[in-house]
Amino acid sequence: MNFLFDEDQDALRDAARKLLADKATLEAFHKHMEAGSTHDAELWGLMAENGYLGIGIPEEFGGAGMGALNQVVVAEELGYCLAHTPYTASISGAAEAIMLAGSETQKQAHLPGLASGELIGTIAYFEANGRHDAAGMQAQVKNGKLTGTKVPVMDAEIADFAVVSAQDERGALSLYIVRLDQPGIKRQSIKTIELHRKLAEVQFDQVEAELLGGQGSGAELLDQLLNRMAILVAFEQLGGAQRCLEMARDYALERYIFGRPLGTYQGIKHRISDMYMRIELARSNCFFGAWALNSSPEDLPEAAALARGAACDAYEFAAQENLHVHGGIGFTWEANCHMFVKRMRLLDALLGGRMLWRERLFKALQAKAA
Amino acid sequence: MDFKDTPQEAEFRAEARAWLDANAKLKDPNSSEGFGMFSERENPDMIKRAQAWQAKKADAGWACITWPKEYGGRGGTVMENIIFNQEERRYETPPNVFGIGIGMAGPTIMTHGTEEQKKRHLPPMARGDIIWCQLFSEPGAGSDLAALRTRSERQGDEWVVNGQKVWTSGAHYSKWGILVTRSDFDAPKHKGLTYFVVDMESPGIEVRPIKQMTGGANFNEVFFSDVRIPDTNRLDAVGNGWSVAITTLMNERMSIGTGMNLAPADAFDELRRLAESAYLDGAPAIENSLVRNRIAEFYTRLKSLELTGYRTLSYISRGAMPGTESAVLKLAGGILLQEMSAFAMELQGPLGIEHGADASFNHGLFQDIYLGIPAMRIAGGSDEVQRNVIGERELGLPQENRVDKGVPFKDVPTGA
Repeated sequence: MNFLFDEDQDALRDAARKLLADKATLEAFHKHMEAGSTHDAELWGLMAENGYLGIGIPEEFGGAGMGALNQVVVAEELGYCLAHTPYTASISGAAEAIMLAGSETQKQAHLPGLASGELIGTIAYFEANGRHDAAGMQAQVKNGKLTGTKVPVMDAEIADFAVVSAQDERGALSLYIVRLDQPGIKRQSIKTIELHRKLAEVQFDQVEAELLGGQGSGAELLDQLLNRMAILVAFEQLGGAQRCLEMARDYALERYIFGRPLGTYQGIKHRISDMYMRIELARSNCFFGAWALNSSPEDLPEAAALARGAACDAYEFAAQENLHVHGGIGFTWEANCHMFVKRMRLLDALLGGRMLWRERLFKALQAKAA
Repeated sequence: MDFKDTPQEAEFRAEARAWLDANAKLKDPNSSEGFGMFSERENPDMIKRAQAWQAKKADAGWACITWPKEYGGRGGTVMENIIFNQEERRYETPPNVFGIGIGMAGPTIMTHGTEEQKKRHLPPMARGDIIWCQLFSEPGAGSDLAALRTRSERQGDEWVVNGQKVWTSGAHYSKWGILVTRSDFDAPKHKGLTYFVVDMESPGIEVRPIKQMTGGANFNEVFFSDVRIPDTNRLDAVGNGWSVAITTLMNERMSIGTGMNLAPADAFDELRRLAESAYLDGAPAIENSLVRNRIAEFYTRLKSLELTGYRTLSYISRGAMPGTESAVLKLAGGILLQEMSAFAMELQGPLGIEHGADASFNHGLFQDIYLGIPAMRIAGGSDEVQRNVIGERELGLPQENRVDKGVPFKDVPTGA
C-alpha cells in the first residue's frame, strides 16, 4: 500500500505549476474577465503543447497514456490558478465520455483532436426543468435527429461538439455526439455568477446526433461519467481551496491590526487552521478517488462521492472564509477573493452539490452492503 | 499510489490473519461490547487480560511492529503495522492499556534515552509487562503545560520531587511513569524543566481517582511528597525537559490521531444498524432522506479521517517526521464522534436518553460515546491547542503576544 503520489507525479506538478504561475496569473485572469473573453487561448495552446491535455488519453489516440493519477495533478493545478480554459468541459467531460463509451472510430475521430487542443468538446446533460434523469428528460432523438434544449452547457460557444443525453425512440436514455456547427443549433450565452467560464443554453432542432455507447445505456453511462468527472473536478476544487488557504495565510501575515499581525489572533488563526483541516481531509478522499479512477472501477461510485462531498465542503469553506479573513477589502471587485467564491460555486453547481452526492453515496453503500 | 496490498503485504496480511485466527475470536457484529469510553474504572482482571494478550502478541512477534527487535519489536515497516492493526480490530481483544507506554513513553525514550535506559525499559514495555502513565498536566498547567510547578531538587545522585499532577490516565495500574518537573524556578519558563522516568511504587507517591462525568474514574490525581528519583532515571540533560516533553507530545498527537482514524468507522457500522431499526415519524428512519444524507455525510468525514491517517503513515514510512496531520485527525475525529453520537441519540427518539448496556438500542453505545467524547476533545491538547499547532507549525502564523517568555519563571503572572 502506498497512499501518496510518486516522484513522477511530483515532477509533473512542479512543471505544471511553473508554467501556470508564469502564464495563468490572477492579473491575466482579471483582464480576461474585463474583456469577457471565452477562454485564454494562449494558455490552452501552451497546455496542449506541453502535453497536459492528453495525459489521460491513451497513446494510440494521440494522448500520453499516463493515466488518471497524472491527470488529476494537472486538474488540481488548473484549479489552483483558476485557469480560464475549457479543460473541465473538454477533457474532464467530453474526452472522458468518449473514452468511456466511444467506438474505436469515435475515439479515433475525437480523442487526438481533444488531446491536441484543436478540438473542444463539452457535456450537455442538464435541462431547464432542473432534471437530468430519464423520466424528466425532454430532449429526444427520432430517426437520428435530436430536438430539445440543454442548459447550462459549459463552453458551448467555443465547443466543436457536445456529448448530449436524450431520450431515444423507445423512451430510454442514450448518449449522443452532436456537432455544434450544424444548422438548427442555437447557442445562447446565459448570465451566471462566474464571469469567466462561459455557459450557454443550447437549442437543438432536428440536428444530426450520433449514438455514443449502447442504445438505451445512457442512464448508466451518464452515471459512470458523472463519477469520473466528479473525481477530476474534485481535484480542481482542491487546488482552488488550497489557493484560498494560502491567500488567507499570506494576508494574515502581512496585515497588522491593533499593532500586531492579524494572524496572531486566535479568532483568525483558528479559522485558517480549520481551512487547512478541511482541505487535508478532502485531499485524502480525492487521492482515493484518483486511485479508483486509475485502477479500481468497482470502488468508483463510492470513491467519487467521497471525493466530491469532501471537495465541495472544503472549497466552500476555504473560499468563503478567505474572503472573510480579508475583511472589507475581500468584498471588493479588485481583490481576488470573489473570483474563487464564484469558481467554487460554478464547480459546485456543474455536477450537482453535496445533497445529490450524499444520496449517491448512500446508494453506493447500500449496494456494497447488499 | 496504490491502496491495495503489494504481494509481500498480502502475504504479511495472510500471516497476521492466520495468527489472529488461531489466537483470538472474530468480533460478533451484533455485539457492541468493548466500545465503552471512560465508563468504568479499569479493574485488575481487565488489566491482566490486556497484559496476557500483549504478551502473546509480543512472544509471537506481533507487538510494536515498527520497533527494532533488540527493544522488543518486530523490526517491521509502517505499512505492516497498519495491516496488523486493520486485521486485529476485526477480533475481540481486551482494551488496549499500553498506548501511553508504547505510543508516547517508548518513542520518547527511544529518542532521548541512553542505551542503558532503552534496554531496560523498552522490551518490558513492548511486552506489556510494565504499563506506563504520563505525569504531565497539573492543576495550573494544562494547555499551558510549561507552566508546571512540580519541583525537583538535586541531592547527590538523587532528585527529590514534590508537587501534584492531574488527569493521569491509568496511574492506578501503571508501574512506571514519564514525569516533567521544574528544576529551576529562576530560569525562563521553558528552560527550567527536567524530565524523568519514575517508578510508581516509589515511597511518597499517592494516586487518587477522579470521578468523571461518565461515572467512571479512569483519570487520577497523583501527589508527590519527597519522592526520591535516582539521577540515572533522568531523561536527557537537566533543564532540557521541555524538548523531551515536545517529543512526547508529538507522539501523543500521533498516537491519539492515528488511533482516532478508525474509531468513527467502528461507530459507523453501529449507526447504520441503528438507522435500519429506528423509526422516524412513523416510517423506517433509513428511508428518510434527511437521515440518509446525514449518514452519508458522516461516512464522507470518517473515510477522510481513515485515509488521512494512512496518508500520514505513508509520509512517515518515507522518512518524514510526524507533522501536523495528527492534529487534524484528533481535531476532526473528536468533533465527528460528538456529532455522530448526538445524531444517533436523536434517531432513538425519547429512548435516546437511556443509558447503560440494557438500553434499547446498540447496548447504549452512543450514549457512552456521547458522555466520553468531551474528554477526547480536551486530552492530548484541546481543539484550540490543535488549531494553534496547525496554524503556527504548519502554516507559519505567528504566536499570540506572550508575557511569559524570556522572564524568570517565578516572575510570570499567575492570577493567584
